[in-house]
Amino acid sequence: MAVSEHEIRKVALLARLELTPEETRLMASQLSRVLEYMELLGGVDTEGVEPLAHAVEVTNVFREDRVVPGLDRESALANAPHRDEECYRVPAVLGEA
Amino acid sequence: MASLCELTAAELSGRLRRRECSAVEVVRACLDRIAAEDATVGAFLCVEPEWALAQAEAVDRRRRAGATLGPLAGIPVAIKDNLCVQGRVTTCASRMLANFRPPYHATVVERLLAAGAVIVGKTNLDEFAMGGSTETSAFHPTRNPWDAARTPGGSSGGAAACVAARMVPLSVGSDTGGSIRQPAALCGISGLKPTYGRVSRFGLVAFASSLDQIGPLAQSAEDCALLLETLAGHDPRDSTSLDRPVPSYVSELEGSLKGLRIGWVPDHFTEGLDPEVAQAVREALRAYEGLGAELVEITLPHARFAVAAYYIIAPSEASSNLARYDGVHYGYRTDEKAMLAELEEERRALQAAGDAQALDDLDSALVRLYRRTRAEGFGAEVKRRIMLGTYALSAGYYDAYYLKALKVRRLIREDYDRAFAKVDVIAGPVTPAPAFRLGEKISDPLAMYLFDLYTVGANLAGLPALSIPCGFSREGLPIGLHLQAPALEEGRLLRAAHALQQVTDRHRRRPPSPGPGGTDIRG
Repeated sequence: MAVSEHEIRKVALLARLELTPEETRLMASQLSRVLEYMELLGGVDTEGVEPLAHAVEVTNVFREDRVVPGLDRESALANAPHRDEECYRVPAVLGEA
Repeated sequence: MASLCELTAAELSGRLRRRECSAVEVVRACLDRIAAEDATVGAFLCVEPEWALAQAEAVDRRRRAGATLGPLAGIPVAIKDNLCVQGRVTTCASRMLANFRPPYHATVVERLLAAGAVIVGKTNLDEFAMGGSTETSAFHPTRNPWDAARTPGGSSGGAAACVAARMVPLSVGSDTGGSIRQPAALCGISGLKPTYGRVSRFGLVAFASSLDQIGPLAQSAEDCALLLETLAGHDPRDSTSLDRPVPSYVSELEGSLKGLRIGWVPDHFTEGLDPEVAQAVREALRAYEGLGAELVEITLPHARFAVAAYYIIAPSEASSNLARYDGVHYGYRTDEKAMLAELEEERRALQAAGDAQALDDLDSALVRLYRRTRAEGFGAEVKRRIMLGTYALSAGYYDAYYLKALKVRRLIREDYDRAFAKVDVIAGPVTPAPAFRLGEKISDPLAMYLFDLYTVGANLAGLPALSIPCGFSREGLPIGLHLQAPALEEGRLLRAAHALQQVTDRHRRRPPSPGPGGTDIRG
């Protein structure tokens, strides 16, 4: 199945990636080739087959509701590329021109 | 006498216990070997000589004091660089995490340290474990110790190469679609992917969470058993880890294979399999017959769909897992000032042109921060998989790709269920060919993906599987034998592998030393 450059640009936005025009062209041709191969799956009869999302089909693993120490603020912020004393810093989200 | 770094962990462990050598001597031998050979091989992203020697000294001190020591006391081990080591850079071979220092240890790292193992460094991998050649590492590729022009495989290429080149006896890798077994095969060593949930994934940087599993790489099945005993076990911090007792894999190694039913799949030996690989695998099957095992022909009818299903499911999970790299919480972030200035310039230009639609579509500052950060922080293969996964999960394609792949995944698992009603173990090739040349497949993603056709099934079905050396090509490249077993039958796999290694010596062969003439991989 061929993926257009327009679709690649749309998916890149969803994926929060920025692609150059050259990357967009290459991505369209490479993904088209890979997705063409995936068409193989269309030939498998999966009528009535339940999807298997996880090899170990365990559900609802509970633990006791006990208070345990978590990461302290300084450790959590230690790797932040931009921070102040107590928060991560991001560009202004509200009040943009 | 062989250099200490050429001994297996089991041999070293005996010598250390008998005080024939000290842990410091063992670690020094390994560090010397790394210093001599790793410029050529490029197995390590980071070596920690001071920390390693301090760990070894602590083991020696405790031994002298008569303390009870752990099962891996004084044994050097290398850690794949997608496993968190507290306070020490953990990069996933990505620019995105080039300076990331985890605030905690992965559970397997805690277990190794508690067992007395000496961590000597972090090994190279394909970026975020996405790749089969270690060429997608953002830092440098790794070379195959058997032929420096070839790949060691991937994604645990550094983990396999450092054991093959006898830099360390033990190595910890991760396997999402073959990333332990394929490099083990291409480097001529032993490697095991445990049952999904057998080993805690806490502190393993997530790639595809329903497929990822941590496991051992070593010179022999016996050493894999030794290392697995330390790695395996339930962990409340990983809700998918299995709360089941861990057997003593080492004590289960011995025993006759008489009556063991080994399934083989005729389809494995038809088109696409290198004739030398086919021959080596057939010889291994005959050797098993000689050991009293019974060969049984079986079919895995949906195996030929495994690569297609895998390369929808794994990238889908990856696209979700890698959403966390946003340039805000940790990791790389683009130059914010330059980015904001450029965005403002774009806005003015669009305003001047009166293009209302384009203005409306223009990224917000935060979205542009995410996109630019990720564009600069991720390499081409990671971007490709994020795009593929996002596409497969997007509205309109979800049913046709993702859901379809999950249904095929169940059919693949049911194939295994039927097969294991008739046989105890399934044997076959690990890879369609021996190690390919560096650069040969890197610009052809589909060719790289198809190299995984024999290994991805075990991940999709959550089964344990291992690779052991079973021969060499005419060019002297190692060939691997793949053994797969039902869930939680790691002991059976290791016993079968060990039995073959008692009557053959291929796992004992080591590559010729590249010597000082080799060119620096980091150059």
